[in-house]
Amino acid sequence: MRPIKLMGHERSLTQVKYNREGDLLFSVAKDNAASIWYSSNGERLGTLEGHKGVIWSIDVDPETLYCATGAGDLSVKLWKVETGECLYTWDSPSPVRRVHFSPDGKRLLAIADQVMGHVGTITIYDINREQGSSQSTKPSLVIETAKDGAKATVAAFTGDGKYIIAGHDNGFVSKYDAVTGERIDTFQAHGIHNEDQNITVTDVQFSPDSTYFITSSKDRCAVLVDVETFEILKVYKADAPMNTAAITPVKDFVILGGGQEARNVTTTAESQGKFEARFYHKIFEDEIGRVKGHFGPLNTVAVHPDGTGYASGGEDGFIRVHTYDKTYYDFLFDAERSERAKETLTEEVAV
Amino acid sequence: MSEPTYLDADIEKEIDLTDIDFSDLEEQYQVSIDLNNYVVVDGAPIAPEAKVPVLTKVLRKLFGGAGTIVEGEEGLFMPLENGKTKGYLFIQYEKAEDAMKAIKQLNGKKLDQNHRLLVNRLSDVEKYGAEGKISTEFVEPEVKPFESHGYLKSWLQDPTGRDQIVLHYSETVGMFWNKKGREPEPVVEPRKGFTSKYAKFSPKGTYLFSIHPQGVQAWGASDFRKVAKFFHNQVRLVDFSPTERFMVTLSPLPITLPESAEQKAEFPFSKESIGHKLVIWDLTTNEPVRTFALPPYLEGQKEMPWPLVKWSYDDKYCARQGPDALAVYETETFQLLDKKLIKIDDIVDFEWAPAGVKLAGGQKGEAPAHLLSYWTPESPNKTARVAVMQIPSREVLRTVNLFQVSDCKMHWQSEGKLLCVKVDRHTKSGKTLFTNLEFFKTTEKDIPVEKVELKDVVVNFAFEPKSEKFITISRLDDGNNNPAIPKNTITFYEPEAQKGTKKTAATSYKPVKAIPNKHSNTIVWSPKGRYAVIATILRNNGELEFYDTQFDDDKEKIKLLKTEKYTAMTNLQWDPSGRLLAAWSSAWIHAIDNGYHLYEFTGNQVRDQTVEQFKEFIWRPRPASLLSANDRKKVRTNLREYSAQFDELDAMEADAAVREAILARRKALEKWREYRSKYAHNEEAHSDVQVETIEEIKEEIIEEKEEVIE
Repeated sequence: MRPIKLMGHERSLTQVKYNREGDLLFSVAKDNAASIWYSSNGERLGTLEGHKGVIWSIDVDPETLYCATGAGDLSVKLWKVETGECLYTWDSPSPVRRVHFSPDGKRLLAIADQVMGHVGTITIYDINREQGSSQSTKPSLVIETAKDGAKATVAAFTGDGKYIIAGHDNGFVSKYDAVTGERIDTFQAHGIHNEDQNITVTDVQFSPDSTYFITSSKDRCAVLVDVETFEILKVYKADAPMNTAAITPVKDFVILGGGQEARNVTTTAESQGKFEARFYHKIFEDEIGRVKGHFGPLNTVAVHPDGTGYASGGEDGFIRVHTYDKTYYDFLFDAERSERAKETLTEEVAV
Repeated sequence: MSEPTYLDADIEKEIDLTDIDFSDLEEQYQVSIDLNNYVVVDGAPIAPEAKVPVLTKVLRKLFGGAGTIVEGEEGLFMPLENGKTKGYLFIQYEKAEDAMKAIKQLNGKKLDQNHRLLVNRLSDVEKYGAEGKISTEFVEPEVKPFESHGYLKSWLQDPTGRDQIVLHYSETVGMFWNKKGREPEPVVEPRKGFTSKYAKFSPKGTYLFSIHPQGVQAWGASDFRKVAKFFHNQVRLVDFSPTERFMVTLSPLPITLPESAEQKAEFPFSKESIGHKLVIWDLTTNEPVRTFALPPYLEGQKEMPWPLVKWSYDDKYCARQGPDALAVYETETFQLLDKKLIKIDDIVDFEWAPAGVKLAGGQKGEAPAHLLSYWTPESPNKTARVAVMQIPSREVLRTVNLFQVSDCKMHWQSEGKLLCVKVDRHTKSGKTLFTNLEFFKTTEKDIPVEKVELKDVVVNFAFEPKSEKFITISRLDDGNNNPAIPKNTITFYEPEAQKGTKKTAATSYKPVKAIPNKHSNTIVWSPKGRYAVIATILRNNGELEFYDTQFDDDKEKIKLLKTEKYTAMTNLQWDPSGRLLAAWSSAWIHAIDNGYHLYEFTGNQVRDQTVEQFKEFIWRPRPASLLSANDRKKVRTNLREYSAQFDELDAMEADAAVREAILARRKALEKWREYRSKYAHNEEAHSDVQVETIEEIKEEIIEEKEEVIE
């Protein structure tokens, strides 16, 4: 189907996100306003205005009651989705790179970048869900960059809220206890699959049941990691730095997005920029398709929670909301087909 | 101060001298003699005592040049005997480095006709000079047992006759069997850090060479094991003689004597080579056979003309060009031919005939001649000149005088039958260029020269292998140099016999087809002839055109078979059999989209592989075929049978590959399911939490009736 092109931002996108039902799409860009859209038709529900700098990240709680944004103007803001009013603002010592709600919506994590003399932190705020406008100024937990590690670039709560998974500047991925802030595990997930120099982890997104997650990196790879064992399950190799990765529900695919660095884009033709969204088979690690459309690198990809489509935001300032065609659902590898055939056969026998 | 009062023997007895700690005194009065500061000079004149001050002064001045000598007699000491000097002296430098420098600079220095100074380190004299330190008995040097390198031509015995390729990507070099469209099969495990610069095959494919800071390493046999090492510090450029007997290496650093004894043991050069940069190696003994210093005009030049040593077709001679002269060496001895340079004033360039030439009027059974061509530019009162010379007789067989010449390029036809000299001439005003092609027919009597005059300037020229056909790419030089306008013309030429009596029949070269308004800039003929690829290699504008030059004898001789786009293309190479063409995008030239494509000679793309940091694609060369003309004919008649066999092999291979992939996927799937089964209960738990689905009310029109009420 033809994608819906959302042209509401004036500058490059930094993050897009669906709410739990998938009917709303939240987007932030390097301009100062966040947008909320109806995902079904691309109509804009409204904007969230108040930030004075680049908004790096947005997240919405599971009930679509509040949403939070983190921005370069040294603040985290909490918004009421229904009205679009800003309920509360936390000051941050440095630009905020990521925000993420815990699965129960009672806590919010924010990454304060390791710049301006600030030691990089993952800060957790408790959210007063009854009264949105009265929040405690003090964070309930602050996790500082480990002495032997590099700063965190992305982070997210696991589905059970027990852990925080963080991706770092040096290609490492860490698991923290979400209550005590203790680092349970850390290992190098990126920079070991090829000889690339820039190995920053650029995105972390979970599987629908939150038992494993995918991280993308500038090292042109994405990696699937199990939450419990913290081992690499799969590696997806691309030919350009990757900015984002997502796991699709329903089908066993992953979507990777990225492309040539933005600063090199003007010197290359569109066809050489690798600006497509890439679909890989989650289990076989084979690339199975690409979706063209953006004329700049993809900065962010979000999948519809029902697995019916995905949205991508690019350096070109556009969001493209895609809905899958039938062929997407029909696509099977020979091995999968034979497995399914076997299953149906055994089922028939059982009946 | 009180006098010592106890000088009793008793007391002395009481004090055990061994108990007293003298170390502080020893330290204070210790004499430190560092023998490294001293050099021994031998071979000085034996002079009467009266002349000693003069001699001292002379030697002090000479040796003072290497560093500061200690003042007085401690600095320079000449022992005397019976009122005469003994012919040797000792010099003490202030620093050990200066002593080293003096040895390097002055050892072997001739003081005068009869006196040659030998300078050594004093410590070395101690070490080696003393009696008994070195055994005087001859010890037979240990001959290393012969180590087999395996069969160096084993790759030619592949049962399916596949070609080998070398793929160089990031720091890794991999040797593979080419499998047409499919994933190449590794011959050995790809090697990381195989070479510090590039890899190169010898011309017949026997050895693969890797370049390292210490020198060149040769690899070969079925498992690409180490075959030989060639020490040449910081080597940059490598070239080979056509029969693979010799290798030429060039380093920007002059050869220096290594410091440590260990390195000295491996140092392959003699003293005469010190300071030289160009080395010729014998690949059968792995020893250097000759070294050269760079001619002064090439020193410090940014772009080195390469090869600097050019070889006759059979390696019997090699030649080097110097200012106003050509140095031809006989490779048997590596001495100058007739011990003399060939004086050629202002020589700009020269080229050997790539094959032996049977000259007209030669005796039957006479060995084919070695020819070389060279040219000299125009100068006041002198025309430019192109000449063909026979070696070893140095006889100039033919000279052509030219004027208004800007540049000449010499293209020999692969059998040496023809030499085409591309003469770029300028108009009287000197503003625009045009080209003449001068064809020397070396096998005919007196070497007649056929001229083709063009209005265009030819930018590229290529002979078809073993034929007289050629292709040019030319453009009209009208002063408009806008690169965006395609103005190159591709022209196909063929020889045409002119009418006349049999003896005077001369061939001239006529254009058969011209294709104007192209960007094309590269011509590559298939090594077996007939097919040619004309390519455009430009930044972001790569294109390949596949031509058949014998498509149809009557109507359409030259046929464009296919045009393919390859944007990032930087290089092209035919495989030795002329069946496949490799085009690649090298990270050395182009920053992104690196990888390679393989095309059939018809232009069908069979493989498109993107490889990160891809650098080079190298076909392993093959030696000339051993099949006789008859054998070849037999193959041609039975081609259908052969190809059926190969098709079957291909199909089987393809199936196996597919089957393997499926099996791998099945395994991956099984593993994944097993992994997921751990979380089976989780998924259920999750589905419990699923939000309620809100029923959407949709109004549907089930039936629509239209009633007309009257």
